[in-house]
Amino acid sequence: MANKSSASSGGALPFFIGFIAMLFVGWWVFPQALFSAMEQPIRFSHKVHAEDQGMACEDCHFFNEDGSYNGIPATAKCAECHSDVLGEDPDEKKFVEEYVSKEKEVPWVAYQDQPDNVFFSHAAHQKQECTSCHPDMAGNDTPPTVFVNKLTGYTQLDHKMLNDTGTMKMYRCERCHALNGQSNACYVCHR
Amino acid sequence: MSAAVDFRIRWGMVIDIDKCTGCGVCLSACQKENNIPPGQDPADRFRSLNWLFIYDLSKAPGGQPEAAFLPRPCMQCGKPSCVSVCPVIATDKNEEGGIVSQIYPRCFGCRYCMASCPYHARVFGWYDPKWTPEAKELITPHTSCRPRGVVEKCTFCHHRFMYAKDKARVAGEDPGHLAEDAYIPACVEACPTGAMHFGDLNNPEHAVYKLKHDPNAFRLLERLGTDPQVYYISTREWVRRLGDNYLDGEALNAPTHRYGAVGHGGGHAAAGAAHAAPAHGEPAHGEPAHGEASEGGQSGHGKE
Repeated sequence: MANKSSASSGGALPFFIGFIAMLFVGWWVFPQALFSAMEQPIRFSHKVHAEDQGMACEDCHFFNEDGSYNGIPATAKCAECHSDVLGEDPDEKKFVEEYVSKEKEVPWVAYQDQPDNVFFSHAAHQKQECTSCHPDMAGNDTPPTVFVNKLTGYTQLDHKMLNDTGTMKMYRCERCHALNGQSNACYVCHR
Repeated sequence: MSAAVDFRIRWGMVIDIDKCTGCGVCLSACQKENNIPPGQDPADRFRSLNWLFIYDLSKAPGGQPEAAFLPRPCMQCGKPSCVSVCPVIATDKNEEGGIVSQIYPRCFGCRYCMASCPYHARVFGWYDPKWTPEAKELITPHTSCRPRGVVEKCTFCHHRFMYAKDKARVAGEDPGHLAEDAYIPACVEACPTGAMHFGDLNNPEHAVYKLKHDPNAFRLLERLGTDPQVYYISTREWVRRLGDNYLDGEALNAPTHRYGAVGHGGGHAAAGAAHAAPAHGEPAHGEPAHGEASEGGQSGHGKE
């Protein structure tokens, strides 16, 4: 009778090497392959506008009369000040020359796009702090890199598989609604 | 039946069948507003996507043709039979306003709700939506696009309710008390003859509140007890008669609310009796030669 245990192809070491390799692939190689990093087309500095120039957030991020929210301002809004190059910054020069003078919109990359079956109303959340959902951008000098999931198209701020930096998860909406006594009916948020 | 919820606001529609010409503008406005793809075979009623459907009730009594068209959106029933049967709560009636919601990513297409809906108001996407490049440009951001394999239905253009509430919030008004014209679905807005009215059925300031109390107002299959939020008006009795299953010779709007009062019409005495015994002493069988009974059996709706 052959000894079955002699058919074993090694001890703990090959298993351990394979285990490390699997972790390396799962935690580093696959996320790197899954997300593509994108930079904003223009290096927009919130710090220059909010701190140095003393602008209020509402100067650019305001409500339209029809109730919609002006998230990222249009080029025309920026051109109210930047009709000509105002400073030394090369990105500002690029912005004025490529977008303002050609009357083109900048293809900004959105950080927190919601799926199309979600209706998020900024107007209903006026009394909340912006930073309870968004990162505090007021002191930000260089826009963070956007990581786009190649399969789903969703964006986030890092390339971790589990993250809370991108699209708001439904459980976070529901938890806040429940804690604040707001309705969690389907059609409060969905469409 | 789901337990009925008493909403403070009940969005409802009142459709005047006598004013409807059957032109179909409401239907095309609906298709465009809600990103409903063109069907593979538009003649195939069972596989085409129509959130709003127009039924042709026209007939020719004694050779004289009479036209009547019945646009049928979702009834947004007060006691929706679709909600109680959904195994995954993809459809629910829980938001203020009383609109029955349908969450497409949650639906897995068992079509139990379609079987339970007595109005055939729900449709199933049998095919992947096919958009030509030109049609793709016209897709609106208002309504989310559905893949094949889920059930969809009229939502009274619910996104317009959202927009109206947002507009009121920014203007500093109360989103819980919208003005009558602040929120109007696409079909009602498009209707060229003014046959469709929309508003809050509970708000005396809205026109639909008065219209639903019109003596000629009726609801479809009212005696099932679904408590629809869509009313119809017709001065013609044979049209009103098609709204429910009446026995030959049975009086119209007979008080036979088997599942309790559903809040329509006047006296509710002698409940349950009229379904078995024809009112007004007219014979249930034989030749109903004249009067209101003469038109009862003209279509398949007339007999049980």
